[in-house]
Amino acid sequence: MADAVPLITDEMRATIGKESDPTTSEVDRTAIRMFARSVGHTDPIYYDEAAAKAAGYRDVVAPPGYLGTPVFNPNAPSRRGGGGMFGGPEPGRPLKRILNGGTEIEYLEDICAGDVLTSTSHVANYEETKGSIGDMLITTSKTVYKNQLGKVVAIMTGTGIRY
Amino acid sequence: MAAKWADLSEGMSIPELKKNCSTQQLVLWAAGSGDFYQIHYDKDFAVGTGLSNIIVHGALKNAFLGQLVHDWVGNNGKIQKYGCSYRGMDFPNEDITCKGIVTRKYEEGGKKLVDLEVWTENPQGKKTTPGYATVVLNS
Repeated sequence: MADAVPLITDEMRATIGKESDPTTSEVDRTAIRMFARSVGHTDPIYYDEAAAKAAGYRDVVAPPGYLGTPVFNPNAPSRRGGGGMFGGPEPGRPLKRILNGGTEIEYLEDICAGDVLTSTSHVANYEETKGSIGDMLITTSKTVYKNQLGKVVAIMTGTGIRY
Repeated sequence: MAAKWADLSEGMSIPELKKNCSTQQLVLWAAGSGDFYQIHYDKDFAVGTGLSNIIVHGALKNAFLGQLVHDWVGNNGKIQKYGCSYRGMDFPNEDITCKGIVTRKYEEGGKKLVDLEVWTENPQGKKTTPGYATVVLNS
């Protein structure tokens, strides 16, 4: 297999660092409560405006992992792609399966109900490796979220595995 | 109940968070997160892809780890960063135990910071979602 076609093509390499079109995500109270409820959170800062304010926040707080709800567009050509974990050019050898490898979120500012986040994503790195499941292509992508004031509030790093 | 800087030492465990997802919780999460991939709520579909059953969303386990850390910090601080890897599948109606230990306590730029190793464990004791977190404490 030493002379197999590399998984990482020049076309893929050329996409590294390229920013996607921006996505708008709304952070609203109802969506926060739904997210918090689905996780099983019990802290009232995720449900109640007064409790959030008493704890020093502007409004109901976005729980860990919640970075707003992308504004749904039924006419969008694709709801994935554009430098995301699953989009982009095809690897040099066909890979059939996709796994979500991991998630990291760095928080730089509070995210509260009423915020409108704008995010752009890019592929940060491609790596070809061999694991117990065979040849793997590991894609690291970064998504930067800014709020309505233009402040970076969070950076999400996602790891996608194709094999 | 919130974590206090003075009480912390490296190597100490934080209180566990026990989860056990009903299929209803997975549907709630699908709605809450916007992830509607059928392997998480449609058993026929899941089996059709080669899985033995529907599986718990990786991002839900990530959110559980966020809750584990948040519940420990309380309102005495904030999560600065946290992440995890999805190494093993978890299934509905099986215990998912979220655990964490303090790995480092330090001050940087006038901030009181704590690094943690966090993870979820399945009923066999396997770490299916190993991760880490950094929190900043007020006091």
